[in-house]
This record gives sequence, C-alpha cells and structure tokens, in this order.
Amino acid sequence: MTILEFSLLLCFSSMLAGLVGALTGLGGGVVLVPLLTLFFKVDIRYAVGASLVSVIATSSGAAAAYVKEGFSNIRIGMFLEIATTLGALLGAQLAAHVSTHAIAMVFGVVLLFSAYFSRKPRSPAQRDVAADPLATRLRLNGSFPDVDGVRAYNVQHVPAGWSLMFVAGALSGLLGIGSGAMKVLAMDQAMRIPFKVSTTTSNFMIGVTAAASAGVYLSRGYIDPGLVMPVMLGVLAGSLLGAKLLVRVHTKYLRLAFSLVIVALAIEMLYNGLKARI
Amino acid sequence: MNSKRNWTDQRIENTLGVLLRSGVLLSAVVVFIGACIYLVRHGLAPVDYRVFRGEPADLRSLRGIIRSALALRGRGIIQFGLLLLIATPVARVAFSIFGFAEERDRMYVAFTVVVFGILLYSLLGPA
Repeated sequence: MTILEFSLLLCFSSMLAGLVGALTGLGGGVVLVPLLTLFFKVDIRYAVGASLVSVIATSSGAAAAYVKEGFSNIRIGMFLEIATTLGALLGAQLAAHVSTHAIAMVFGVVLLFSAYFSRKPRSPAQRDVAADPLATRLRLNGSFPDVDGVRAYNVQHVPAGWSLMFVAGALSGLLGIGSGAMKVLAMDQAMRIPFKVSTTTSNFMIGVTAAASAGVYLSRGYIDPGLVMPVMLGVLAGSLLGAKLLVRVHTKYLRLAFSLVIVALAIEMLYNGLKARI
Repeated sequence: MNSKRNWTDQRIENTLGVLLRSGVLLSAVVVFIGACIYLVRHGLAPVDYRVFRGEPADLRSLRGIIRSALALRGRGIIQFGLLLLIATPVARVAFSIFGFAEERDRMYVAFTVVVFGILLYSLLGPA
C-alpha cells in the first residue's frame, strides 16, 4: 500500500470512529488503538501516540461547546487535574517499560469495562447531602442550571475520587485513551457530583490529561507525523459532524451496537496480547 | 460575593472555550498544510508502521521540530501542528492561573501552578 492510499483509508476510518464516538458519547478514542493495531497492523506504541493526540483534538473542540452551558466546575476540574496529570506521567513512563503484549491485554480489560459502564444505569441524583468538610475547604461545592432552576450540590469522598482520578490518568497515559468513563465514574459515583456536571467537567479535563502524556510520547519519538495526521484530521472532522447530528439522531440502538463492537475489539485485543501477536 | 465569583467563573470559562477552539482549529490547518506537502512528495512511497523505530531526533524536540517546519518539510510542519495542539490545553491551564489570581483565590492559583508545572515537565523535562 502507498502512503497516499494508507492515509486516505485511515482518515476515513478515523472519521467514522470519531462520528460514532461523538454520537454515542463514548468517545472515538477507545476504538482508535484497536483499529490501528488490529486492522492497520501499526505498532501499538505508535497507535497510542496517535490516539492521545486525537483525544486532545476532540476533547478541546467539544469542551468549547460545553463550557458555555455553565455545567462544568472549573475548581473540581483543576483540583482533580493534579491527580490525572501525575497519573498520566506515570502511565507514559510505564508505556516505555511494559511489553506491548501487556499493554494490549490491559487495553482489552479497559475496553470491556467501558462497554459495561456504558450500559449501566447511572445512580439516582443525590439531593441534600451534608457538606463534606474537606470538600468545603477545597471550595469544590457548586451549583448548576437544572430543569427546575439552579441546583446546588455538595461533593463527597474527595480522597477516593482523587485516587480514582490518578488511576484514570495512568490508564490514559498508558493506553492513549481519554479515560472519560473512569473520570465520570470517579466524579458521579464516588464524589456524588451530578451526572451532567461530571460529564462536562470530565470532558474539560481529558485534554489536559492527554497533553501531559502526549508531551512524554513526543519527546520519546512515539508520535509519528505521517501516521497521526490522517487519524487526527479524521477523528476531528468525525466528532464535529457527530456533535452537529447529535440533536437529530436517535442513539439508543447505535449505543448498543457500538458497545457490542467494543466488546468484540476487547476480546480481539486480549487474544492477540495473550498470543503475543501485538 | 458569591454571584460575583460565579460571574467571573463564567467569563473565564467562555474565554477558555474560545481559546481551546482556536487552538484546535489552528493546529488542524497547520497539520493539513503539512499533510499536503508530505503527500505530494512522498504519497507514492510504500508504507510501513509494523516495525517500531521511533522518530528521528528532529521530530522529537521543540527546537528540532521548529527547525524542520521552517525548512518546509512536510513531516516537520505536521509535527509543529501537533505541537500546537498539545500546547492548547497547556495554554488553557496557564490562562486559568490568571483567572484565579483575579478572583484572589490563592489556593487555586497554587493548584493550577502545580498542574502547569507537571505539564511543562512532561513537555520539556524527560528526554
């Protein structure tokens, strides 16, 4: 295959991944690395580098749309970014020392987890919980515009949430994904932050987290311009298109189908990792 | 006081939103220009990403990338565009330092400086 054919094919596939990722809210990042390694036979370290860069592009583009609505909490985001960026540095360091088979297997497990998480019903909204002293001191509590007026919320379990965020950052640096599902889990389930605030704040954090590990990948030579170019442009175009279509498309069956694709890719990654083919 | 804080938060977030979007757009344009040069010159060469080699030194360091981009090499320009993209969230964090300083929120100025330091370390620190 020539570079031109390869680039066009890769650009088109990445656009599809970005489109479906935006429509389902699962992000295109989770399928990029399996796509590159399983179908395009790219070395997983190059694939992770390409995916990290694309994650920055989509999350920064999407975050710009979200912040206007006043859901995200920049204090929660900044406080937790200390954890995610430290984790991302650790993850990027690990990527250099762990075998590619092991990375593939961890990837498979994380994919299964995100498929499960996307099917799981979210926890009921907590109202009127008492303020946590640590959260109050850190000024994390906030409010957001809900259907029935402005709703205030109190953040809980700060140390647990912070630790989960560190793990989310490490996975992001090791696997080149946004770790959006895990970030939302830490905020929504552990810290009891309302779902809408969790998802938008998570989106805001993904770019900063990915930038921390992308720097390490770049200086280590894992970011190949010829490979990243079609992926980044494709995913960006796809996710922008997806955000435009989102209001008009019914996504229930698409989400189900995409979850099944993720499970299939997860099994494929685990199998290839075990067989030491990746 | 609280409403003033919210108002400033909102204003900071709006500015950040514009910053993020422009950064992504600018980097996409630079990457696209680099891609055209790269594909015109090397589009018909065979492709191979199966074997991991790592990138040459001039596509790894800040100085090398800028030099390569100024020499109008396709891969150098693409890499410079990607560097702009990576710098976009970093700029967002840097801007937030001033935002929190304006609100006289010392604790969050400190938190943001820590995040900014980690990001700088990752970009410039380890080789």
